[in-house]
Amino acid sequence: MKNLVEALLAGDRLALTRLLTQVENGTQDGRTALTELFQHTGNAHLVGVTGAPGVGKSSLVNQLALHFRKHTNKTIAIIAVDPTSPFTGGAVLGDRVRMRNLAGDDGVFIRSMASRGTLGGLAHATSAMVQVFDAAGFDIILIETVGAGQAEVDIARLAHTTLVVDAPGMGDDIQAIKAGILEIADILVINKADHPGLENTERALRGMLEMAHPIKHIFQHHGKFEIAESPSDVQDNTSQIWIPPIQKTIANDGTGIPELAESIERHATYLESSGDWRLRERSRLETELDALIQDTLINQFRSKLPEEAYDRVLARILERKLSPWEAVETLMNGRHK
Amino acid sequence: MTEKKIRVLVAKPGLDGHDRGAKVVARALRDAGMEVIYTGLRQTPEMIAEAALQEDVDAVGLSILSGAHMALAPRILELLDANGQSNVKVFLGGIIPDEDVPQLKTMGITGIYGPGTSTEDIVREIRAAVLVEPAV
Repeated sequence: MKNLVEALLAGDRLALTRLLTQVENGTQDGRTALTELFQHTGNAHLVGVTGAPGVGKSSLVNQLALHFRKHTNKTIAIIAVDPTSPFTGGAVLGDRVRMRNLAGDDGVFIRSMASRGTLGGLAHATSAMVQVFDAAGFDIILIETVGAGQAEVDIARLAHTTLVVDAPGMGDDIQAIKAGILEIADILVINKADHPGLENTERALRGMLEMAHPIKHIFQHHGKFEIAESPSDVQDNTSQIWIPPIQKTIANDGTGIPELAESIERHATYLESSGDWRLRERSRLETELDALIQDTLINQFRSKLPEEAYDRVLARILERKLSPWEAVETLMNGRHK
Repeated sequence: MTEKKIRVLVAKPGLDGHDRGAKVVARALRDAGMEVIYTGLRQTPEMIAEAALQEDVDAVGLSILSGAHMALAPRILELLDANGQSNVKVFLGGIIPDEDVPQLKTMGITGIYGPGTSTEDIVREIRAAVLVEPAV
């Protein structure tokens, strides 16, 4: 394992891919490697891409990666998460179909991941996989979530910059009210901007933004609300407030991609200059730590608890003789013995 | 903690545009609990080997209907080897004349499946081949 870590740090792609597998499978070797790699992390810009199924997330990620490769010397890792079938445990991971023109570039590394039963649009191991890519020296890590609904906001905790992608004709009026997912957006993207209904989508999103970012704010700093469309105006002002810009793109032909890439970079600059980068790092690592503590406690607890005792208590809950709350107390106090 | 998942790349090298068979196989493998990375049509051997590396797959399934299998298959095996992935099992499906089969097997193709093969057979053989040697 030591050798794999050294090889990865030296840029060996076989070592990288093998370590990603170890980490994804949660093996002891994977955990040891993560510990060794941790000191090398913290340099990558983590960009999350989320949105409903079919809005064009994969195509957008493909175009963004192409753009960054063409116009900057940054290296790009892509983690594309697709759902695991809850019935068979299998998955068809098809995001590479839309990323085929990234092939043959050593500055790009694409890894598909099955969600393996985790809700929330990411897989259990996604944040650990991100650390592996980060340690391997990738400058930008694009994380594409499964087609998300309204409440799947895990990506915002993981990423520095979260793109929420929408497309015309997705029933936005009602979706915008549900809003949970829009509130996590650092950048809103309307993809398929050549499709009919663009104006409606834009109006709905803008209305949403108004609710999430009180209009008074925007008047104060920008004169009028429309100006918030252009992120440069946000940058100009010294008050350091980020108003999520709305970027219109057509991922099929690349329209709007340079502007989107620019606002991603602008967001990174904003995070650094405002001190938000550190805050986000802190909350990301806090989430990570909490999750690890939870896992560890549960595993410790379950390993000490005989299977029969657990089953016995569960049976009593099923018969309504014990409430789940009483059951927890009983189990935690060891009174089940 | 998580059980070891079998990961399979399903790819369609060459120029013919019929991926129905590849998709049927991809679904069957998924329904058997495997993680299938599907890459779509018209992949070069280089693209396939690169995807196999990045995805750290246990097996690669190739669908070739164009008759170019005697050129494509050895090239893909060679590239996998060069990447240090000689442990990856390669399976071939499509229109493969019987007389080519022995030579393809000698080259290192693990299984060859013509039209009418049941997906259960494919699933069983991939699983058996992959689980023989545990991946490193």
